[in-house]
Amino acid sequence: MAEVRIPPLLEVRNLVKEFDVSRPWLNRVIERAPRQVLRAVDDVSFEIERGATLSLVGESGCGKSTVARLICGLYGPTEGKVLFDGVDLASIHRRSDMLAMRRRFQMIFQDPYASLNPRWRVRDIVAEPMRQHRLASDDRTMRSRVDELLVQVGLTARDGEKYPHEFSGGQRQRVSIARALSSRPEFLVCDEPTSALDVSVQAQILNLMRDLQRSHGLTYLFISHNLAVVSHISTTVGVMYLGRIVEIAPTRTLFARPLHPYTRMLESAIPDIEMSGKARTPVAGEVPNPLDPPPGCTFNPRCPHARDKCRAERPALLPFEGARVACHGIHDGWIPIQVIPAAA
Amino acid sequence: MTDALLEVRNLRVEFNTRRGTLVAVDDLSFEIAPGEVLGVVGESGAGKSITGSAIIGLLEPPGRIAAGEILLEGRRVDNLPADEMRKIRGRKIGAIFQDPLTSLNPLYTIGDQIVETIRTHLPLDAAAARRRAIELLGEVGITAPERRIDYFPHQFSGGMRQRVVIALALCANPRLVIADEPTTALDVSIQAQIIALLKRLCREHGTAVMLVTHDMGVIAETADRVAVMYAGRMAEIGPVQAVIHDPQHPYTAGLMGSIPSVGQEVERLPQIEGSMPRLDAIPPGCAFNPRCPRAFDRCRVERPGLLPANRTLAACWLHAPERAAPGAGPGWSEGAVHG
Repeated sequence: MAEVRIPPLLEVRNLVKEFDVSRPWLNRVIERAPRQVLRAVDDVSFEIERGATLSLVGESGCGKSTVARLICGLYGPTEGKVLFDGVDLASIHRRSDMLAMRRRFQMIFQDPYASLNPRWRVRDIVAEPMRQHRLASDDRTMRSRVDELLVQVGLTARDGEKYPHEFSGGQRQRVSIARALSSRPEFLVCDEPTSALDVSVQAQILNLMRDLQRSHGLTYLFISHNLAVVSHISTTVGVMYLGRIVEIAPTRTLFARPLHPYTRMLESAIPDIEMSGKARTPVAGEVPNPLDPPPGCTFNPRCPHARDKCRAERPALLPFEGARVACHGIHDGWIPIQVIPAAA
Repeated sequence: MTDALLEVRNLRVEFNTRRGTLVAVDDLSFEIAPGEVLGVVGESGAGKSITGSAIIGLLEPPGRIAAGEILLEGRRVDNLPADEMRKIRGRKIGAIFQDPLTSLNPLYTIGDQIVETIRTHLPLDAAAARRRAIELLGEVGITAPERRIDYFPHQFSGGMRQRVVIALALCANPRLVIADEPTTALDVSIQAQIIALLKRLCREHGTAVMLVTHDMGVIAETADRVAVMYAGRMAEIGPVQAVIHDPQHPYTAGLMGSIPSVGQEVERLPQIEGSMPRLDAIPPGCAFNPRCPRAFDRCRVERPGLLPANRTLAACWLHAPERAAPGAGPGWSEGAVHG
């Protein structure tokens, strides 16, 4: 049975990120206020196989974007590790090694208006990662590579001469994708890449991302709050709540048999155009203050199944029939399992 | 004379710019019956928010109503002087905007703001207005309203603020509420709560709603009828079930197809090629013709009006009486899908 296990492209182990949100020092001294620490990401672990797409979903403030930034190195983790292709990113000290590593992953952001320099031509924006990583031997190669990239993402070579303001939101997002691809990365972190777009444009971008994934063998980490988009694009889905992953499962399993009460709540909250007329079950309450999370399971104040154990003991993310879920009710068997019949 | 609560007739909104006049809303007509929820959908730039602003008389210059009329309870409101319009706004028409933080004054408590609005429109003294404000806050689901009425907007979360804005919009019992993307800034779980609340309150008060949104899911759950806008024009209007399940305009069909849904496993989403034209480059004929897989010669030269098509009205020549054959739907066939 001994198989050679190919290491996942990305592995995240017990990642923790704390932000110090204390009042300024003088206020603390005068008001005798203690330090306040916000645990934005709390013990998150997952892995992504090559060519797969892992999505993290959750509501605002659940820490999904912080995870994306930690992976890209925009933040340093408080605890835990990010391993890319088996190498711990924190163990790389030489600048040149880090640069070589950085070339292999790129990021696409939500707002295509804020993420492109308005004073640069699209040609220069797309070429920048190649310059940074010295990937083109001369200007001619660079130019032809930029043209090629623009065509790949559905623009024309002529568009390279334009400035970002001359494009619509969807086209700008195509420029962002072309820029991300220009260093020939293996891994893309996409933070809400379609949230700012209209649905018809969103469909174009999602299709483009799928095509590129296939033709370039890309691996995606996809951050979104839109479950319908996530169900379309991902192979695995992780649901986050207040900094922790509460459930992670292959897409089909997660949507056919949501386990965690929060996952069920999110699924029932999707406005579904197919089943119009069905009564949505609006869940009472809002996400609690992350500075002062409730004890035990952080979802317990909103959970219809919560018992004393949930208020006292924090559930661990444990395997359960093809998924991993952090819920006492599921593991102790007091929450009935529902299977949602597959839609036609 | 119809018994419509709101009637918009041939509305045209123009923006004069240095580069010429842009037509943001072009020959738009629709009605809203008392107590009805009309959903208005379309992509950004389709003119849906501008239509809402025109109705409540809050078009920002250089935008102006260039033609057409707006009637509320049979009375023209588009040409009223500013102070008369101010009386109607709030009293007869309430408004809910996308961002609850910008609709509330951060320097006053929510109680002050609600009481002020109530007293502007209703003959109540301060104590009675405050009692009514507390009652309203309770109705929109704010717990301990007698205490939280004295809170400032920043002391509420986003979802709670949107509840306050709804209370504010409904406090003078208006006949019509214009809700412009009321849930777009909120998380999904809060969205469901707000939609349910808006629906319940409007049913209880008999208030009609013009719900402007780009989220078809929200429309499907809330609206009685849907108007689909494209490039400032009405593409299709009809009962919500008909528009969603049996769209008659190729644009509506494409729009519906491009929405991913949970549980539906498709390799690629059907997509409409290209993007909506800019306001200074709207093609002649039907505005959708360059992107339409079923466009023919007439679409490129002559602009279609709203034509009866199955259970809806669609601005599409496919439904011209001389063409309409049984079963000639606008189906978004496989051939239309970009390969």
